[in-house]
Amino acid sequence: MSLETAPKLNWWNRIANPGQFVIWTKPLLWPLVILTTALFAAGLYYAFFNSPEDYQMGDTVRIMYVHVPNAWLSQFVYGVMTISALGTLVWRHPMADVSMKAAAPLGALFTALALFTGSLWGRPTWGTFWEWDGRMTSTLVLLFIYLGLIALWRAFDDQLRAARVIAVFTLVGAINIPIIKFSVDWWSTLHQPASVFRPDGPRMPGSILIPLFVMFFAFTFLFLTLHLKAMHTEVKRRRVMGLQRRMAQGGAA
Amino acid sequence: MTAFRALLFRELRLALRGGGDMLTLVLFFVIVGAVVPFAVGPDRELLARIAPGIVWIAAFLAMLLGLDRLFRPDHEDGSLILLRQAELPLSMVIVAKLIVHWLVSAVPLIIASPLLAVLLSMEGDALWRTIVSLLLGTPALAAFGAVGAAVTVSIRRGGLIAPILIAPLSIPVLIFGTGSITATQSSAAMLFLAALSLMALALSPFAAALAISSAED
Repeated sequence: MSLETAPKLNWWNRIANPGQFVIWTKPLLWPLVILTTALFAAGLYYAFFNSPEDYQMGDTVRIMYVHVPNAWLSQFVYGVMTISALGTLVWRHPMADVSMKAAAPLGALFTALALFTGSLWGRPTWGTFWEWDGRMTSTLVLLFIYLGLIALWRAFDDQLRAARVIAVFTLVGAINIPIIKFSVDWWSTLHQPASVFRPDGPRMPGSILIPLFVMFFAFTFLFLTLHLKAMHTEVKRRRVMGLQRRMAQGGAA
Repeated sequence: MTAFRALLFRELRLALRGGGDMLTLVLFFVIVGAVVPFAVGPDRELLARIAPGIVWIAAFLAMLLGLDRLFRPDHEDGSLILLRQAELPLSMVIVAKLIVHWLVSAVPLIIASPLLAVLLSMEGDALWRTIVSLLLGTPALAAFGAVGAAVTVSIRRGGLIAPILIAPLSIPVLIFGTGSITATQSSAAMLFLAALSLMALALSPFAAALAISSAED
């Protein structure tokens, strides 16, 4: 059945075909790259040259423009993975598998960056690289969950079967993450109520908020770009593996 | 219901006749706890302060140790496929396995925990709270463990991956478990622990059943 004689499908079913998905979304890639670059250029200019120093923290306040977007993405990416997991289990949408697999390493990367920039920021302001504070601890646990999911993806040989099993685990994690977050907050306020870091304490002036928002969108679009590209790569990787398998079978016959 | 009971007895018989597994588990639990004083020094005050944490870590590790025999033998000899064909829903099969898993791998630890508590110079109230907190919290550990074991059952090297998947999920159990021994609001922590166990027990059979049935078809 060629593409012309195929029954009319809506876009949802049409992107279920990996090849069609790549063809449809490839034109999106370059505009996304350009938009991300432009946002980064503007955001970095604001962050470095056009925003004031903090009266207490000095230049180190600029770490915030990298730290906060990364921390936001560490949670946003898990949201994307949860929705993809639902897509895999409920609709059995083939691209949901690919989206789930492509998002996991990106989520781990953004979470690790959030922790890294956070500790760089913590050293001059709090005098320590690491504190067992509620937020930091729950982010660390989130990183462990991401790494566990990546290890799980690598352990399976059959990626199609892996997708559904991992989707189950992703959903279990999604139910658990709020509980972990809550319990960790309870735990750390129990032990050290004085040193709990309150991000909503200081009111932020607009001169800091504008670069923060720009960087926030820049990082979000960076994720969207990388995610789309990683999905394309995964589609290609599966195609290569399929061809190799066919070649190996042909060689044996 | 008869099928459920039959399965329960089958699992129990298999676990009890499987040899010294239970004894090994208890030994592991006590030895992990007893090694700590060698590492941190035999200071009684310090030991009494960190004892709740040690008891819970030892229990957590011992429960991880027994996970691999939850589904793997049945997966390897094919009886898991037969159980999937049975009239009993797979989630009920998992409930039966979970109950037996708790009976053979958590109850012995709870019985042995006073011994460990005495070794770590816990006294009076703390000792009772340890037992109660283990009774309330180990079902949640077993339930999370069942999900981890179900997710990794079809992987050959799954025994290594299950613990790193389960450990982050078990953090609330450890927090509230040690909290209910030490903290001033220990009754609140115990309620949270019980709530966690109930929720984990209610949801995990379905998650584990879903994972097993999607791994096998």
